[in-house]
Formats: sequence, C-alpha cells, structure tokens
Amino acid sequence: MALRDIAIVGTAQRPSEVNSTFTSVEILLPVIQQLLDKVGIERSEIGFWCHGSCDYMSGQPFSFVSAVDAIGAWPPIIESHVEADGALALYEAWVKIQTGEVDVALVFSNGKTTSGPIDQILSLQTDPYMVAPLKPGFDALAALQARACLEAGVVTERQMAEVAARSRRDARNNAVAFTKGNESVDELLAMPYTLNPLRAHDCATPVDGCNAVVLAAGDVARRLAERPAWIRGIDHRIDTQRLGARSMIESSSAAIAAQKAGVAKDRIDVAELHAPYTHQELLLRNAMGLSESTHINPSGGALVANPAMAAGLARFAEAAESIFAGSADRVLAHCTSGPMLQQNLVCVMEGE
Amino acid sequence: MAELCAVVGVGQTKHAACRADVSIAGLVREAVDRALADANITIADVDAIVIGKAPDSLEGVAMPELWLADALAAHGKPVFRVHTAGSVGGSTAIVAAQHVMAGIHGTVLTIGFEKQSDGNAMWALSVPIPFGMPVHAGAGGYFSPIVRGYIGRSGAPKHIGAMVAVKDRTNACKNPYAHLHEPDWTLEKALETPMLWDPIRFIETCPSSDGAMALVLMSEERADKHAGRKAWVHATAMRSEPTAFAGREQVSPVAGEMCAADLWRKAGIKNPAEEIDVVEMYVPFAWFEPMWLENLGFAPRNEGWRWVEDGVTEMGGSLPVNPSGGVLSSNPIGASGMLRFGEAAMQVMGKAGEHQIDGAKKAVGHAYGGGSQFFAMWLVSSTKP
Repeated sequence: MALRDIAIVGTAQRPSEVNSTFTSVEILLPVIQQLLDKVGIERSEIGFWCHGSCDYMSGQPFSFVSAVDAIGAWPPIIESHVEADGALALYEAWVKIQTGEVDVALVFSNGKTTSGPIDQILSLQTDPYMVAPLKPGFDALAALQARACLEAGVVTERQMAEVAARSRRDARNNAVAFTKGNESVDELLAMPYTLNPLRAHDCATPVDGCNAVVLAAGDVARRLAERPAWIRGIDHRIDTQRLGARSMIESSSAAIAAQKAGVAKDRIDVAELHAPYTHQELLLRNAMGLSESTHINPSGGALVANPAMAAGLARFAEAAESIFAGSADRVLAHCTSGPMLQQNLVCVMEGE
Repeated sequence: MAELCAVVGVGQTKHAACRADVSIAGLVREAVDRALADANITIADVDAIVIGKAPDSLEGVAMPELWLADALAAHGKPVFRVHTAGSVGGSTAIVAAQHVMAGIHGTVLTIGFEKQSDGNAMWALSVPIPFGMPVHAGAGGYFSPIVRGYIGRSGAPKHIGAMVAVKDRTNACKNPYAHLHEPDWTLEKALETPMLWDPIRFIETCPSSDGAMALVLMSEERADKHAGRKAWVHATAMRSEPTAFAGREQVSPVAGEMCAADLWRKAGIKNPAEEIDVVEMYVPFAWFEPMWLENLGFAPRNEGWRWVEDGVTEMGGSLPVNPSGGVLSSNPIGASGMLRFGEAAMQVMGKAGEHQIDGAKKAVGHAYGGGSQFFAMWLVSSTKP
C-alpha cells in the first residue's frame, strides 16, 4: 500500500519558563487555541488528537486525563495518549492518518520539568532491580557516556564546548529558548566541571513548556498551509538499556532510524536534534551521517530549553517552521528518549 | 483504504494477586513467549512492538518499556508506548493494529501488563493530587455514585450486581489463567459479602492482579500465508470525553455510545444483539455489565439489568458476556483491556478451551478508562470482512 503524503501545516510553542505555577491545562489551552487560529481550523475539523506527557513528572497517576479539558473534548473526540515525548504522539498521529481513517490530527505535549528533581525522576527509567536503587541520576549516566566518548577519541571537550557555544548563540534569536549566551569556546572551557567531564553548559536546561502541531494529509495540507512541511520518512528504533551491554560511543538506533527515514538520500539543510547533552549531538551527527553543510539546531536545541516530554516535538515545530519560512527545503527532526540516547526517532521533511 | 489485519497469536500469563516468582520483565515475557508460540513464530519475525500499561506509579518504573527493551529482544526495532488510563489495553491493541492497517509493518507484537503487587493500586489511584481536589478513595469510591444513579433511574433490583459477579466468578473457573478460581459462589452467599462502597459489595469488585497479555498481529499478505486460526479485525473504535462538566451523562457516557455506534457502522452491524456471538466487556464493578449492555446498544435503555436477570449474558445465553471471567476475576489494569480484546480473538479462533462459546464467529472486545470517559473497542471475526 502506498503511503499517504502527510505534512505539518502549523505549530505553536509556549515560551520556556521555570517553576511555573500553572497547571498543564492552563499552559496547554492558550497554545492549542493559538495553533487553531494560526492554521485557521475549527476543533471540529480535527479528526484525531494525540498527547505526549509523563505521569512521573507531575507526580500523579493519569496526569494526562485533565489535558482533554485543554483540547475541548466535547462532543466526544477520537484521542490517544503516549507516555513519551510528543514526537512519539506525532508518530501515532502519522500512523492514524496513514490508515485513511482521518485526514487532520492535532498533536501536543507538555512537560513541567522544573516541578520536581528531573535528574532523579528520569533515572527511574532504569532497571528497577539492579540500577534504579543506586539512584544513578540521569546527568551522571550521560557523564559516563561522555567520558567513554572522550577516552575513545570520538569527541573532544573542545567540540563539546563548540556545540554549547553555537547553541547558546543561536538561542538569542529564539523567543522560546531559555538559556542564551555569547561566550567563546575558550570561555566555556574555562568553566568548572559539574559532573566531570560535563560542565553546566554541556547539559540541557530543564524548563516548563508545551507545544502543539497540526498534521494534515494531501490536499487538506495544501489548503491549510502555503508551504507544508511534507514528511518524507519517519522511523524510530530502540537500543538495549543495559549499562555495559551497548557501545557508549555510537548510537545504532539513531543510525537505523536515520537510514529508514531516508536521511542520506539528499542534502539536509537544517537538523533539529534532540540532544540533551553536548556530546550526544556529536554522536547523533555521526550516527546520521550529517555533514558540515547542515545547520544543526538553529533554535538552540534542548541545551537551551528542554521541556522533558515536549522537547522532541519542539524539534518538529522548529524544523517545520524553517520550511514554512522558506529558509530550508529539506530538514530533519529528531527525538530521543531514555538514558544515553537509548531510543531515537528521526523524521525527514521537505517543502515542495 | 486500510489493509486488513489479523490476530494470529494470543498469549497470557497466569494472573494472580502476587506473581512473586517472576520479575516485571519475566511476567511480560511469559505472555510474549506464549503469544509467539501460539503464532508459531519467533521474536526475530516481529517488526515492531507496541506496549501499553496503566500508570507507571503502580510499579515505580517510569516508562518501563525502555528498560523492557532488553527482555523483549527489541534492539534495533521500534518500541511504541501507549497510555490511555484503564482503556489502555484496548487502545494499545488498536494502535498496534493500525501499524498493520496503515501498511507500515507486517508483523506487530502488542503487549499489555501490570504487576500491581509491586505497589498499592488503590492508593496509587487516589493520591492527593497537588493540582486538584482528592474526591475519592479507590476506583470503587469514584464509581459507586454512578452505579447508584443507574439503579435509581432503571429501577433495577439490588441483587443484579451480585448476579453478574457470581456469573463471572463461575465462568472464571473454566479459564486456567484467571486470577480468582472460586467455584462455590451462590447468589445468597454473594449478597452476604460486605458493602465496600454502597451499593458495591465486596464480590462485585475486581481483584488487584499481576498479569500480562500479548497478541501477534499480521497483515493480510502475511496472515494468508500463515498456517493456523486467525481472528480478523473487522473494526476498531476509540472515543474520549472530559471527566466532568455540568450535566454530563455519567451512567451511559456519550463517548461510549458514539464509540459503539462507530464500531457497528464500520463493521456493518445492524443489530448488535443478534449479530454478535460473544462480548468480552470491561466490567471492573459488576453493575457495569447492565450499564454497558445499554451503552453499547445491545439492550434498550434501563433494560440491561433484565437481561442479566434473564440469564442472557450467561455462557449458555444468547449474548454471553465475559466467559473468561472478565475483569471481575482478573484485573492487571494495564493488561485488562487487552485481555478483553485477546479473549474476544480467542473465541473466534476457537481457542478459548473450556470457556469457548460454540460456533462464535463475531466477538467484541471492550475497554474503558478514566472517569468512564475513554473508550476502546474492536470487533473480530473468524472470517475476513
């Protein structure tokens, strides 16, 4: 069966903040309304809604249930939720549209990353018998990976600082970004280690945020957007999580997903990589075979604003906007999940 | 036009209050290994895995599918996680089927699980929410006023719930995997069990279980070449509505009615009570059987309880409901919906053993979640649509 042409036709993001006192409904509602207004579409025209979020971050079971209030689920709607980043919700929506059952889907995600100790919360993703009781910390696991990469000569500390410097500089042009800076690479290298070999700027900035995108098929997409961001390939893959059983110096799941998504078929103008640590951007670039001509994370990426469970969908929003604006013709959006780049989703989008 | 999808393998664990003999991963593998054996394939033949469970706080592992990638030999494959509250087992199977129907993958393994003994399900479901008001103790506390609403409006006699419970617990004795095997219940004894959340008695309440269900789904192209009995997916449907608003119909939610109507339309069913041979219905509290009989469009409004009283939903009745013993006999929350979907498939595959409904050709799997607000259903058949 031939796959349908499906595109992102609109995006909306809430500017990042920390220690937000708003509920998930309060932060989602205006973003979803803004998106519907932008795309010029009524709620009744959305055939499918899909949400990404994580119970553990809000400290309550079924925390996503109240989010249906933010989307206006009356009369009843066709809706689903993934306990994952919104980028995976986008994948489910893409599958749903592929079945032919619906033509338009709205995907949204939210993460109040600063309302709890996110470093400890995310490390609850590890083996509950052998690893989690040690409370390893998500940053510390990434630091182990960075150390392995440095010792293998796959990355250098200078390259890591270059990633941070570029991201902080680019963030100055992004209203959604939280951390911004104009430091030189040498200035960043002079900063102290926080978790050797990681410095503060090597790690993502936890923020509270949410975002939403509209997907549409074929002629509906052409009607809703001047220049839709057509999904040409999308795939996600997982690696083992077991510490020591997987190479720390490469990402085979990202490589497979990139190959399945057709990344290498042509030049990529812009790649929005969900890399919460500087060395991970370098690993991902290697895994996907991205060349020097690709502009990586013009938004500043997750390093400058990482709303957990929404940061991957944010990459889709940023990449699609560069197609809408005409500043890029072929873009890549990526999302990672789990410790040390365990799971990776890669999508290639093009303008017509 | 979507491709066809068939269930070619079904596997479930022995459900129990505490499966101390297995880890979470071991529990999941028990169901997966049985499903793969039933389909006569190996894990290497699986293209993608779609996994669902209810809140992660029940076991204390955040997004456990990441860690379970090892137990599932999923390295290099797609693993997709669904979480839609109590309906999750059903919606996970639907998302998995859609991967096949969309033509993206030819063979998909889908899994629902919960190891509730690792936590405390009742209090995990009634934590004082930091951003809202705690209003109940356990799911029974939430649903009892709704049951009372049904009794009030339908005039159902008080023993109907106990009748459903006795039927399901008796049916469960024919299901070797069921958590509760209690053959000696009578209506009289059932009515003597303590009142937990008036009008819900102890026997009318689901247990808290450890368990998992796994299904192997295939595209038409692969299923046609595959030896063995199949359950063809004729239709799937999902609907959601908000938890609360003034005037919301909570006894027979509109989302449930719409979901069922969509299912019947897609499957070309004109008279559900006549055309459906068996239903695996999500009944965590006994009174929900007559309520859902009406909500799904089987029985007329306020008449569902009469069907229970007349034995229509017994194994020998004209519309058997939950021959497996249902949620009332096994409730690993994240698996419960998929158990309904899988048991429906087993019926039309003729693989339900002692609780087989003879000649079952069309079966419905039903799941709901949240405050009776998330619905997932599928209709499977022994023949292609």
